[in-house]
Amino acid sequence: MINAAGRIIPDQIAGLGKIRPYCGPFATTPEGRLTGPKIRLNMPRSEKLVKSIEQAIEAAGLKDGMTISFHHHFRNGDYILNQVVEAIAKKGIKGLTLAPSSLNDINDAIIPFIEEGVITAIETSGGRGKLGKLMTAGTLAKPTIIRSHGGRARAIEAGDLKIDVAFIGAPCCDSYGNINGIQGPSACGSMGYAMVDAAYADKVVAITDNLVPHPVYPISIPQTQVDFIVVLESIGNPKGIASGALRISKDPRELLIAEYATGVIEHSGYFKDGWSLQLGSGGASLAAAKFIKEKMLAQNITASFGVGGITAPFVDMLEQGLIKTIFDVQDFDIPSIESLRNNPNHLEMSASYYANPHNGGPIVNNLDVVILSATEVDVDFNVNVITDSNGVIMGASGGHSDTAAGANLAIVVAPLIRGRLPMVLDKVNTIVTPGETVDVIVTERGVAINPRRTDLIDRMKGTGLPVMSIEELQKMAYDLTGKPKPIAVTDEVVAAIEYRDGTIIDVVRKPV
Amino acid sequence: MSKLLKPAQAGSVESSDILIMIAPAETGAGIKVELVSPTMQQFGEQITNVIMQTLVAQGVKDATVHANDKGALDFTIEARVVTAINRARS
Amino acid sequence: MEKKLRRAMMFMPGNNPAMLQNAGIYGADTVIFDLEDAVAISEKDAARQLVHNAIKTINYPCEVAIRINHILTPYGLDDLKVVLAAKPDLIRLPKAESPDEIKQVDEIISEAEQKYGFAAGSINMMAAIETAKGLRLAYEIATASPRMVALAIGGEDFIADLKTTRSKDGKELYVARSQLLLAARAAGIDAIDTVYSDINDEETFIAEVNMIKQLGFDGKSVINPRQVRIVKEIFTPSEKEIAHAERVITAYKAAIERNSGVINLDGKMIDTPMVLRAERVLAYAKSAKR
Repeated sequence: MINAAGRIIPDQIAGLGKIRPYCGPFATTPEGRLTGPKIRLNMPRSEKLVKSIEQAIEAAGLKDGMTISFHHHFRNGDYILNQVVEAIAKKGIKGLTLAPSSLNDINDAIIPFIEEGVITAIETSGGRGKLGKLMTAGTLAKPTIIRSHGGRARAIEAGDLKIDVAFIGAPCCDSYGNINGIQGPSACGSMGYAMVDAAYADKVVAITDNLVPHPVYPISIPQTQVDFIVVLESIGNPKGIASGALRISKDPRELLIAEYATGVIEHSGYFKDGWSLQLGSGGASLAAAKFIKEKMLAQNITASFGVGGITAPFVDMLEQGLIKTIFDVQDFDIPSIESLRNNPNHLEMSASYYANPHNGGPIVNNLDVVILSATEVDVDFNVNVITDSNGVIMGASGGHSDTAAGANLAIVVAPLIRGRLPMVLDKVNTIVTPGETVDVIVTERGVAINPRRTDLIDRMKGTGLPVMSIEELQKMAYDLTGKPKPIAVTDEVVAAIEYRDGTIIDVVRKPV
Repeated sequence: MSKLLKPAQAGSVESSDILIMIAPAETGAGIKVELVSPTMQQFGEQITNVIMQTLVAQGVKDATVHANDKGALDFTIEARVVTAINRARS
Repeated sequence: MEKKLRRAMMFMPGNNPAMLQNAGIYGADTVIFDLEDAVAISEKDAARQLVHNAIKTINYPCEVAIRINHILTPYGLDDLKVVLAAKPDLIRLPKAESPDEIKQVDEIISEAEQKYGFAAGSINMMAAIETAKGLRLAYEIATASPRMVALAIGGEDFIADLKTTRSKDGKELYVARSQLLLAARAAGIDAIDTVYSDINDEETFIAEVNMIKQLGFDGKSVINPRQVRIVKEIFTPSEKEIAHAERVITAYKAAIERNSGVINLDGKMIDTPMVLRAERVLAYAKSAKR
């Protein structure tokens, strides 16, 4: 069948069953009720501490075929996922579904266990490095399910993704399982992704290197959701968890992109006192933060709130009073973690509050402006962030489709060509974010506005921004690079891209 | 047209450049092009064509060319091939 | 014909494909592809071929200049042999010391224009004065050929020739800058100031641009996009200046219509220099809008 994004989707995908096709960003009405974990009984003053990961696995009753989850707040400094999977393998447990909120290069270490059959399916936001290649090769027994952050929260709450055991890396954990992410040697800041897992998994194992006396405060994950606690020497590498403040790009192309993006925002009609914004963590986004800040100061504009993925430039704006409140689903650097710890206007939020489309309203629904990146875009304004130009999984869906759907103005920034590869194509390899939710594409050589947004097209007139049609932008790229040959793929579906509402917007087919 | 006298190279492995290594081949051996590129699928054929056409235009009949591409556009590929040929002829 | 603005002339190393293909996006009035100091001797041949190809293939939105090697080096003549076929807009000669050099290059360009069927005089020239000797003949160099459109000062080499060092306020270049400017003005061509190479010291750069603008320079050589931005900003007239210039021109035009010999604005007499200055301001303002 052809879905509403124009993609050919099989009616059935082996291992995933019947497919509901994407019908539009808000076309699908949810039915039913939220699901929940098994009801528990905890005896007064009982002992949650177990001696090791192995014991925790036993105590949680992990069996073949179950689903386990992890958060990715420690990024490439995470020790937990690899250690737990290794321990599970040693116990001879097999056929598990791995459902982490995302995967990083450091998780390449679990590949041998996938090959052994310990893990036979993956549901996540994205994959990088060798794992990404492995997913693309179709090595797993079932196609991988790729979900956005909001989509994962939706799936967990609706019961589409049933987590049997959640293993939660806890930077600060008291002896009864109250957890926060802002204290301890492995502090990561917001526990936004983990909060959903903890609330809905049948069994929750907290793994910490910083056990503190009960009760700890503040509480991100309450003791009521935690079953077992394991103490390790170290749960993560601080250097991999959070960088010192990320340096703003000096690349002149990125600066030019940032400048144009800022110009679009300035003239969009949304840039006024009380506006709200989300910035990515890419080079152009961080540079845009600087330009946006300058314009806010010059024009006496403050933002009512900011959302992210939080980085130092954002925190800087909060501290200067340019942003009133920050809603934080994850922190990338040390200044952000410290801000969450110390600043009452810097608020932690769960992935569900952030972006779940099937609740009373996630914060993305209040967002004015979001700046997003892309691996590719096409002339229908569809965006790919998951596969590269060769069709290999190397990125993550993240909050991309969530913010684009919710925000008033979704701006995608990308260089027009990367090496010899044009970034504006006839059709992207994989659609993650549908064109109808993408308003503006900004490159260093031109700015294209979605024809649906006649209001924006009008507003950009006379601003001096290099506005042109998306076809002209593509032609510019092709004039430089030549027209690329499409990559050859087989019929085998290796990953399903699930839109935030649970429908399938695209699939990844195995490259030849 | 003068023959290639010795192996020569031009260009670099910097981003957007291409390293062309050319060596003379026996008369009648023809032109052999080996290409390594991060965009083999999308532009492999196009890049090889540009190299071949440049060799032909420069009157080279027998040569082995090894090309290590780092995302070079056509104008760069042609320039590096021409320079390599000139160096191989001097 | 609208005067060509040369506020920011941006140098790009000629042997760098990534820089050549991106040179046109930063808004410089002129891009200068450098075959001289930015290119190692072993790569001179590769650079000229690459620049030739870039100019032939890429549609740059600005003036395209090439800094060739001096014609007394083993490379300069070969540079011209290869690059002229691509029809650059401007050839920049480094270290000019005598009008004869200008005349020699002028002839080579004329031959090329004929050979390739370009309109005669379509390729311009500029010269960089980089030595005391060259400065003495600046006017002769500037007037040695009708192709000459600009004189530049090559600060680093000039300071070495003076046997001193660069200082923040640039007093060592004071005389050289002034003399160059005078020569350019007497010859009726542009005066372009030297490169400021410390890209991290924006404060000094801004001060220098303001100073040379005040001296009367038409523009400055720059080495990165951020500097382009700053130079253009500083050379862009303020709203007040534009408003005043418009009033001057209006008063001038009105006086012409009345056939009046004297032009008056706010009780002050407007003379030709003021009108020319006002036209210049409006030209800068118009270009800044684009």
